[in-house]
Amino acid sequence: MGRYVIRRLGQMIVVLFGATVVLFCTLFILPGDPVGSLGGDKARDPAVVAELRERYGLNDPLPVQYGNFVKNLAQGDLGEDFTQRRPVTEILQPKLVNTAKLAIAAIIIDIVIGVLAGLIAALFRYSFWDVLITLLTTFAVGFPSFVIGMVLQKFFVVDLGLFPLISDGTLNSMILPAFTLAILDAALVARLMRGTMLEVLRADYVKTAVAKGLPRRTVLLKHVMRNSIIPVVTYLGISFGTLLGGALITEAIFNWDGIGLALVQAVQQQNNPIIIGVVTFGVAVFVLLNLIVDLLYAVLDPRIRLA
Amino acid sequence: MTTSHVTADVPAQRGTDGETPVLEVRDLHVEFKTREGIVKAVNGVNYSVKAGETLAVLGESGSGKSVTAQAIMGILDSPPGRVAKGEILFKGQDILQLPEAERRKLRGPKMAMIFQDALSALNPVFSVGNQLGEMFRVHQGMSKKDAKAKAIELMDRVKIPAARSRVGDYPHQFSGGMRQRIMIAMALALEPDLIIADEPTTALDVTVQAQVMDLLAELQAEYHMGLILITHDLGVVADVADKIAVMYAGRIVEQAPVHELYKRPAHPYTRGLLDSIPRLDQKGQELYAIKGLPPNLLKPPTGCAFSPRCPKAQDICRTELPPLVPVSEQDGTELVGRVSACHFWKEQIHG
Repeated sequence: MGRYVIRRLGQMIVVLFGATVVLFCTLFILPGDPVGSLGGDKARDPAVVAELRERYGLNDPLPVQYGNFVKNLAQGDLGEDFTQRRPVTEILQPKLVNTAKLAIAAIIIDIVIGVLAGLIAALFRYSFWDVLITLLTTFAVGFPSFVIGMVLQKFFVVDLGLFPLISDGTLNSMILPAFTLAILDAALVARLMRGTMLEVLRADYVKTAVAKGLPRRTVLLKHVMRNSIIPVVTYLGISFGTLLGGALITEAIFNWDGIGLALVQAVQQQNNPIIIGVVTFGVAVFVLLNLIVDLLYAVLDPRIRLA
Repeated sequence: MTTSHVTADVPAQRGTDGETPVLEVRDLHVEFKTREGIVKAVNGVNYSVKAGETLAVLGESGSGKSVTAQAIMGILDSPPGRVAKGEILFKGQDILQLPEAERRKLRGPKMAMIFQDALSALNPVFSVGNQLGEMFRVHQGMSKKDAKAKAIELMDRVKIPAARSRVGDYPHQFSGGMRQRIMIAMALALEPDLIIADEPTTALDVTVQAQVMDLLAELQAEYHMGLILITHDLGVVADVADKIAVMYAGRIVEQAPVHELYKRPAHPYTRGLLDSIPRLDQKGQELYAIKGLPPNLLKPPTGCAFSPRCPKAQDICRTELPPLVPVSEQDGTELVGRVSACHFWKEQIHG
């Protein structure tokens, strides 16, 4: 087990290395001069530009730039951004908290709605509720999140005035973006849950549980649930990793001050240190969450052996 | 030997010793609704088991033997399955009339079932100790600690080595034979009056089959339980059963005390089954097999369901359903406990 974790962490470093190298090369290839475009449309004093390029090490060859990045990263330093000239970590920290808040809210919605809907659909198969849930999940999977986000905004903000249009980080302003973010996963979780549960309900050990004289509640909540939940936990774990990496579209629509929005703005401004910071963090979190999910999987299903 | 005998529509049967059977199934019909129509899986089964007695139910896959067992336990998949007709008397009380809550309380303390494949019949994500202890926790409200102690005791009882250290292990960590012992332990946990074992040794290695069967027989004798042993393996039956009921297409076609059935079958289907047992003295010869396939229960053949496969079938067999009738000696003395559903049982048994 310990060995397994160490090996997986080693793999994580390799993945991080690969991701950042690709990122660096991509940013290098991109047209335009990040420093030159800082002033917007106004032409800049060449001397200032030259000094800035020197200050950010942009004159160094790419491998040297990368080497410096890795050296700083090892000390937890992601460099200084181009626009505010503040440390990237300092800029991203509060945004990260916001993104995490949104991700946690979305996952809670996924669990509550997705698991419950899947459970109902499976237990009352082919009933009105099952058909309704199947229909709704199909819609939810089919609509892109920006459509869902904007429709929610139109109804709940513009027409009903229930929530603020611009998010201010309060719980009230979090509800719509969290739902927008959660709807797709909740639908997928509901379908996953329904499918596995129907399979588990047919399993021999469920028949054994009934034959043991257990009350229906115990059969369902213990024997069926515990087995049905395994793939859902796996799915949600990985989904959580993706969410923590920042939700670009949702955060942009609701102006949610998270790392997704920061990434969108940074790309527009060619603010490379922010881009690198967000992407590096996103990759690290995703890989780490994957590891946690695998460990959790082994806990939930004793047949899985980590080696 | 046992004296309870079974016929198509004879009502209450008591053994001559006046003892009420632990279980008596009367004219049981079970149907399954499918897209293609109604499948009549069980069509009027009658049998009974007394305390300490072993009834073997023999038949091919699809003959309705497992469905009958599930109907007794009340664990039919419903829908699509349902008991269409009949009575299931447990100690004289028709349990089909009981509300589900009462029915549930019978499962475990009064009647229990052992399934064929213990690997799939045990829940993979709970330890065997948990699953064994569950019987005591749910039915007797025992504490977790006491239930675990009981689980260890049970595992010892079914001769699982190092029970104390293995109680926390999961089903996949046991061998097939050990897993089936755990299934047996679970069924015996609350010392029920009736055990139904649905092909308990089919999924096991031949070497382990005998051990598991012996264990089951030993525990049955010790607890003086009624045992219904469902199997298609005639070899397993001979040693442990008191009487045998042979099922075909949802009906009992013959019932007899075990040794008499082997000696003188009174139904061509039983004859066919016995002839298909490989025998050492016939080494080198082609193994006998009953020709054809079991009937489609969506549209069972008219007359005797076995007639399309029967080597001795006559015209009457294809038109008239043979009733289950008592079998007698040539001189007319009744053969106690023997019945056959063949128009030509006389020819079959007396040659």
